[in-house]
Amino acid sequence: MSALLETRHLTRQFGGLRAIGDLSLSVNKGEILGVIGPNGAGKTTFFNLLTGIYPPSSGDILFNGGSIAGLRPSQIARLGMARTFQNIRLFRQLSVLENVRIAYDSRLVYSPVEALLRTPNARARERESINASMELLELFELGSMAGDLAGDLSYGSQRRLEIVRALALNPSLLLLDEPAAGMNPSEAMQLLDFLKWVHGKFSLTIVLIEHHMQMVMALCDRIEVIEFGVRIAGGTPDEVKANPRVIEAYLGVEGELP
Amino acid sequence: MKYLIQQAINALQLGSIYALIALGYSMVYGVLSMINFAHGDVFMLGAFFCLLLIAIVPVPFWLALIVVMGATAILGTLIERFAYRPLRNAPRVSAIITALGCGLVIQNTTLGISPYARPMPRLIDNVTYEFGGLTFTTLQLIIIGVSVVLMVLLDFLIRKTSFGMAMRAISSDRAMVPLLGIPANRVIAITFALGAALGGAAGLLYGMAYPVVSAAMGISVGWKAFVAAVIGGIGNMRGAVLGAFLLGGGEVMTVAVLPSTYRDLISYSLLLLILVFKPHGLLGKPTLQKA
Amino acid sequence: MGAKSRYLPAVLLIAGFVASVLIPSTGLVNDYLQFVLMSVAINAILCVSLNLVNGWMGEFSVGHAGFMALGAYASAVLTVKLFPGAPPLLLFPAAVLIGGAVAGVAGIPIGILSFKTRGDYLAIITLAFLMIVKSGLENIPYTGGPRGMLGIPRLTTVAWAYFWCVVAFWVIRNLVYSKYGRGISAIREDEIAAEAMGVPTRSAKLVAFVTSSFFAGVAGALFAHQLQFINPSSFDILKSTEILVMVYLGGVASLGGSLLGAGVVTILTQCLQPLGTWRMVVLPALLVLLMLFRPGGIMGYRDWSWLKPRRSPKPRPKNEDGQQPEIGEVSP
Repeated sequence: MSALLETRHLTRQFGGLRAIGDLSLSVNKGEILGVIGPNGAGKTTFFNLLTGIYPPSSGDILFNGGSIAGLRPSQIARLGMARTFQNIRLFRQLSVLENVRIAYDSRLVYSPVEALLRTPNARARERESINASMELLELFELGSMAGDLAGDLSYGSQRRLEIVRALALNPSLLLLDEPAAGMNPSEAMQLLDFLKWVHGKFSLTIVLIEHHMQMVMALCDRIEVIEFGVRIAGGTPDEVKANPRVIEAYLGVEGELP
Repeated sequence: MKYLIQQAINALQLGSIYALIALGYSMVYGVLSMINFAHGDVFMLGAFFCLLLIAIVPVPFWLALIVVMGATAILGTLIERFAYRPLRNAPRVSAIITALGCGLVIQNTTLGISPYARPMPRLIDNVTYEFGGLTFTTLQLIIIGVSVVLMVLLDFLIRKTSFGMAMRAISSDRAMVPLLGIPANRVIAITFALGAALGGAAGLLYGMAYPVVSAAMGISVGWKAFVAAVIGGIGNMRGAVLGAFLLGGGEVMTVAVLPSTYRDLISYSLLLLILVFKPHGLLGKPTLQKA
Repeated sequence: MGAKSRYLPAVLLIAGFVASVLIPSTGLVNDYLQFVLMSVAINAILCVSLNLVNGWMGEFSVGHAGFMALGAYASAVLTVKLFPGAPPLLLFPAAVLIGGAVAGVAGIPIGILSFKTRGDYLAIITLAFLMIVKSGLENIPYTGGPRGMLGIPRLTTVAWAYFWCVVAFWVIRNLVYSKYGRGISAIREDEIAAEAMGVPTRSAKLVAFVTSSFFAGVAGALFAHQLQFINPSSFDILKSTEILVMVYLGGVASLGGSLLGAGVVTILTQCLQPLGTWRMVVLPALLVLLMLFRPGGIMGYRDWSWLKPRRSPKPRPKNEDGQQPEIGEVSP
């Protein structure tokens, strides 16, 4: 299996605080990788580094074999890395359809001049964007809400919309930041089936930050464990479950993970 | 050399006045994260209140100062209560626009009442002293002296009293503060009052020093103090004072070399230049946005 | 929608243009009314262009009068100093375009500064820009310094004002309903999420600022050749405030709102003339009231459907009511 994403000695400092330290790991094409760790471990910072929201203080990030460290987030998004956010960052005052179209826009090619003059090429691209975005929305049963404001949707629908929006980028790698946040265990398991389906249907590689242990153990092929910005363990779910270092990080010295 | 020192005293005088106004901008930005565009016009009203007061009953300088500071303090509190407090939780843009609007209303109302610039009558006997070949006037001493005293008092208030601590707490985390039993609204209202009082004092002092008072002063002078506060790092008291003296010095030097029509150009260009290289001012600290 | 209504807006526009050309020759509309019509058109251009930055992109620029000033002075220099004898039919559009171009170029550094600064600091930067332009113009003897330029030829007509107004609205409408416009709105909503979703926020900001300042310059050129006299004080904070009132009264991020705001404020300003200086109290007071009670304006974030681009969507499955769900833009 080839590594789609690889970090080499990735480090990020904020002043005196070392949020991520010497993190080297890789994500294989087609797998579902879970990233777990106690709160404040640096998991979201890790995603922010991958997507270019801040540059690394040192180390490198390779995506499809090429270094992406220092690239702008929009450039990384166009290379095929999409994400969702821990706190759902939809464009609330825009419609559901527009949210998806904005992500799809990175695939439309026409110049500002063509936009200002509304040339036939520009109009054709616009039609294409609406049709493709609607198709995507309908696939996820959000089609009937296309005209509604994103901020008016229910919590569950908003989470789904955020994933649809990310998929409109046609990514090869999808980063999901706590998609099950706020869900009860049965909802989380439904999400699991949903993610399995998305993974297959769109031939994705997925990296998932999550706290719902049952879901993570059932869904992921491999798991990496981060504490205080440092990788403390990794392996298959069974290996990680039994790892005393991991158990200690979560539960203190004694205890068991579900 | 003597010329330089003479100019330095002029710069000190102008800088002191700017500092008093700039502190008002910074205090309000500190507690509410809002640019109080109306502050410059409160400064202008300080001068006009003084004119009004003296026209009705001629009082000695120190009494005029107290009365004017009291009047502008009340004005500041009223503006906060009726124009800004309702917008406490609105997007920042709304608050800035409202402040701009309030300032312009004050300016143009004053303009309507007094379309022409007016001279400020004598408040003190201005005696000129000579010392080591340099000349000082009582006026300069009073302006610099009063300003320094007020700044020291403010600094004491902020750093050594529980009220000052409450102000600093609100600067850090406004939402938390009521949970700790601090009456945030009252602290904010008093902060505005203090800032406005300082601005009013500055207005009176400015009127005494450059004795022509006009409604346009709010923008021509008051906004310069705003520039000073931003240069120093808005929200930061020391920055406000630093920026004020830098700007005062810069302006005095400019006027010595170039025609006075260049003042605004130089001041605002300086502002732009500093913002390009230090977007949060000289002493300001950038806030990190959590993604 | 049949073929008839497809062409109706275009027909109306052309009819309007023909009317505007004919107006001066028929004695039907007096000079004053023509003046007001021209002012409405010029203000509409100012309003919709500021709306691009303040409304759609959600920033706060106070410097619009500065761009207007650049366009006014650049065009006036052309018609008064450089080519005073040239045929107006050729000279005027060139002057307006050049006025717009000068202002547009000035929009580039502001746009670049907006990459790293937002909110309050960007507002301060635009304020500094405004003051620098005004003060700078006061110190240039070639253009009359603080006393300004006189004797600018009366080249603005109802027809030209109408023409440029239509151009401005058409261009900005196209921009707003394109991917660039959507990117601009996304920046307003959440800049970080916009970047993460592939929006090139830097070029989007540049496009917004340059387009906005270009049309401010166009309006400035028209303004100069309507009033025949300009000085730096014509383009001060009060002018910027006037334009702000139009935006926040008519409706942020709305084409129709821009038209509405410009119309209302222009007519209001005319009606308040007898008040003299007190007129300048009413306008900012109105702004304050708007912020307190209706910050979005009359038509915030909404638009009349005839302004939106037409599209022929794939046939949609009808929902329970048997209606076709509307998938036109709510607003970009």
